[in-house]
This record gives sequence, structure tokens and C-alpha cells, in this order.
Amino acid sequence: MADAEQSSQLIILGLSLNPQVVGLWLQAALTFAILSFLIGDNPVYKFAEHLFVGISAGYGVVIVWKQAVLPLLIFKLLPQLGPKPDELADYWVLIPGLLGLMMLARFIPRYDWLSRYPIAFTVGLFMGAGIPAVVQMNLLQQAQATMKPVLGLGSIEWGLALSCLVVLVGVICTLTYFYFSRPHEGVLGVTSKIGIWFLMVAFGAGFGNTVMARMSLLIGRVEFLLYEWMPIVSVHLSKYVQ
Amino acid sequence: MGELLRKLESIDRRWIYLVIFAAVVIPFLMNLKLPVGKHSPSTTAVHDYIEQLPPGSVIQMSFDYSPASMPELEPMAKAVVRHAFEENHRILAMTLHPQGALMIRRALDEVATDLNKEYGVDYVDVGFKPGGVAVILGMGRDIIRVFEDMDARGEKLSAMPMMRDVADYDDIALMIDFAANSLPLAWIGYAHERYGLQIAAGVTAVMATDLYPYWKSEQLVGLINGLKGAAEYEELVGAPGFGVLGMSSQSIAHLLIILFIIMGNIGYFVTRRASQNRT
Repeated sequence: MADAEQSSQLIILGLSLNPQVVGLWLQAALTFAILSFLIGDNPVYKFAEHLFVGISAGYGVVIVWKQAVLPLLIFKLLPQLGPKPDELADYWVLIPGLLGLMMLARFIPRYDWLSRYPIAFTVGLFMGAGIPAVVQMNLLQQAQATMKPVLGLGSIEWGLALSCLVVLVGVICTLTYFYFSRPHEGVLGVTSKIGIWFLMVAFGAGFGNTVMARMSLLIGRVEFLLYEWMPIVSVHLSKYVQ
Repeated sequence: MGELLRKLESIDRRWIYLVIFAAVVIPFLMNLKLPVGKHSPSTTAVHDYIEQLPPGSVIQMSFDYSPASMPELEPMAKAVVRHAFEENHRILAMTLHPQGALMIRRALDEVATDLNKEYGVDYVDVGFKPGGVAVILGMGRDIIRVFEDMDARGEKLSAMPMMRDVADYDDIALMIDFAANSLPLAWIGYAHERYGLQIAAGVTAVMATDLYPYWKSEQLVGLINGLKGAAEYEELVGAPGFGVLGMSSQSIAHLLIILFIIMGNIGYFVTRRASQNRT
């Protein structure tokens, strides 16, 4: 038990440290480093920023290697290296493997044309899969939702009716704003102006939500500093005081 | 008055940062608890949908976010996981985001341990799978095959009691995507439209505006919007956590920003009128 506790300690400069405590201090230091940008650009912020980019890229490479390249390519070609050594080798994976390698040809100017084939394959695949889905999702279903009966067939729900009416008027007026084949005069001028108001409301809602999202990130950091880091600080300070 | 407004117009923006920082910190220090307010219909819709599912239903959850979006999405993810477990539903956790595997462990394992849920019986974590749309489409045909019959811990999926009842989307009662990106749209486009999978989303507030039309058109069962949605869901399941705790700071900071916007506009119109008078 004591050995296990000993092995979970980090030894730095002869000091025995708990890795969780070290992690909390690192998080706090990096939080302050990133927030220091508010005072102005500085080397501490730059260091934290580069560290973040580097770690994210490194983590991404390791994950893709471990979760994609090894199980989907190497272990399929050489099953004896993977968790299922009794399986037969699957040589079909050579085709996507080769396409993936051709993508890397972009780094060699003389052979960068090779990368066009996997790109063309990917574009073709996703256009084929995507067009029906996007048409169904963004056009047909949305148009159907816009054309809900305003007054309904049976009893009238006034709140719902008003909501349907606002959606209908909003869609028509906003579409007329983007109709440029005739000058925006007369009826078209009025509807396009109403369309601008609907657009402004949508932008305002988007901006409000963005503010809320950014504020939430700050709240998250403050919560970390107050509820996770500060208790550690107070424990350390109390040891000093004693 | 005009002089004061002119001074405010040229104020160093770092003072504004400081005031906002104070507005966020002070409610925590004073343990201020402002009401979350009326629950949004879109959040309640997710809650009610889970409530009406028969016990033992399988809910798929995709944790498509990274530590950068954790403050907004983790509280709601924990609240929904808690709700699903309390209703005796089973959870199939996955992620299409490379950094999502850690997010699953943080949100799922803690609540599962708290409620004595058993791995492999009540919940399964299949971890990260690269491929995005290809994974979504593949799961509609054979979920175990897409994940190479292996979970995030390297154990065989087909040997787990829970996975004996889960072959494809027909066996999933609801799929919830916690995302800080456009992946909910991919789930709607490829899993809902093609396979009829019922989908809900819990997203960052930045993403929510784009997704409300899909809730209105009933392509989404419901939508949990940012920290506010997380706080609402925590209240709905009676387990206030970091979502509720953060909302007091959120409300005060928002009031302050509204005040800044009003002051900015007054300043703009006063200085414009003054310059017009001069000319």
C-alpha cells in the first residue's frame, strides 16, 4: 500500500509531489497565462498558446494513430500484431491505405498532383451521401415546417397560430430581401424592409448567445480557480502558517 | 453629461474586463443564488421525452466536445446522464471528437459510480471513432461492427449483456449529441432523416441559434442551450450543480453588458448630435 502511494508521487528536484496537485497548479498557472492576454500580448501568453496548440496537435496525432491507423489498417494487414491474431489478413484495406498515403503527396511538390485523386474520391463520396440528406434536412423538412396551417383544422391554439404566422411572414419577407431581380420598391420594398428586421433579430439572438457562451467559459475558469485550485492553495498556506 | 460620455467612450477597455471579471467572481464569493427562471420549452422537451421512455430503453450519447467547451457542456451532460440512469435507462456512450474520450469518462463514470450502475449492463463506452459521417451511417446497419467489436477499454462488445439488445438504430430509443460543433446537423441529416433515429442536442450557446429551426420542425426532439439549458436541466432532475452555480454570475454579467450597450448607444447618439451641432 505504501509502495503504491510512493509510486503515485512525482519526484521533482528531490520533492515528493502528488500528480493531481501538480496538475491543478499547472492548470491554474496556464489559466492565468492565457488571461494575461487581456492586459496585452506578452511572452507568457504566447508560451501558453503555443503549448496548447502543440499538445492538441500531438494528442490528435496519437489518437488517430491508435484509433484509426493501427486498428483499421495495420492490424487488418498484419493481424498477428493486433488483438485478433487468428483472423485472416484483409488486403482490401490497402486501397484506402494507399489513398491516404497519396494525400500526403501534397508535401512533395513534384508529386503533389497525386493528392487530387483521394480528394476527388472524398468529395465524390460525400457529395453522393450528402446531397439527399441535406435536401431532405434543410429544404424539404424546413419548408414543410414553415407551411404548417396557421389556423389548423379543429380547435384554434392562438399562441401556436401566431408563432406559425410569424415564421411564415419572416421567411417570405427575408426571401424577398434576397430577391435582386427587381428594384426594392412598392410592395417588394416594404417586405424586404420587414425582412431586414427579421435578419437583425436573428443576428441579435446569435450575438446574445455568443456572449452567453463566452461568459460561460470565463465562469468555468472562475469555478475551477475557486473550487478546485483555491482549496489546494489554502491547504498549502495553512501548512506554512503552522 | 456630454463630457462624461466622451470620457467613457475613450476608456481603457481593460477596465471593462476588470468589471466583467468582478461581476463573475463576486456572486461566487457571496454565494449568491439568483433564480434560473422559467425553463425553456426546448430543454423541457428533452426531459419529458426521456421521462416517457419505457425503463430499460437504450439512450445513445455522443460526447462531441473538448475541454475548451467543458464549462458549458459538462454540467448538462452530467444532468442528462443522471436523469437517464435514474429512469433506469441504459446508456451507449461514444464520441466523434478526438478529445471526447476523456469527456465521456468525466461525465459518465462519476455519475455511474454515484448511482451504482454496472459497466456492460447499464452502460457501455465505445470511445472515439474517427470517420464522422461514415460512422453515423455505419451505425445504422451494425453498431458492433463499426466499433470493431471493441469498447474504449479494449473489451469485447458482443460479450456485454447490454449490447445483446443493441444491433442498430432500431434498438436506440433516443440519441443525444453534446456538441460544440456542427455534428448535430450530421446526426440529423444522416441518422434521423435516413434511419428515423430520434435525436436531441445539447450544445454551446453559440451553436444553439443555428439549431432552433430543427427543433421547431421536429427534426430534433429537444435542445439544451448552453449553461442556461444546463442549469434548467439540473433543476428539472433536482440535482443542482455547476450549471445552477454559474447562472448567478451569468445573469449579473449579462445585466452589466446590457448596461454597457445602453451606455454605448447613448454616448454614440450624444456625440453624434454634438458633432452635427458643431457643423
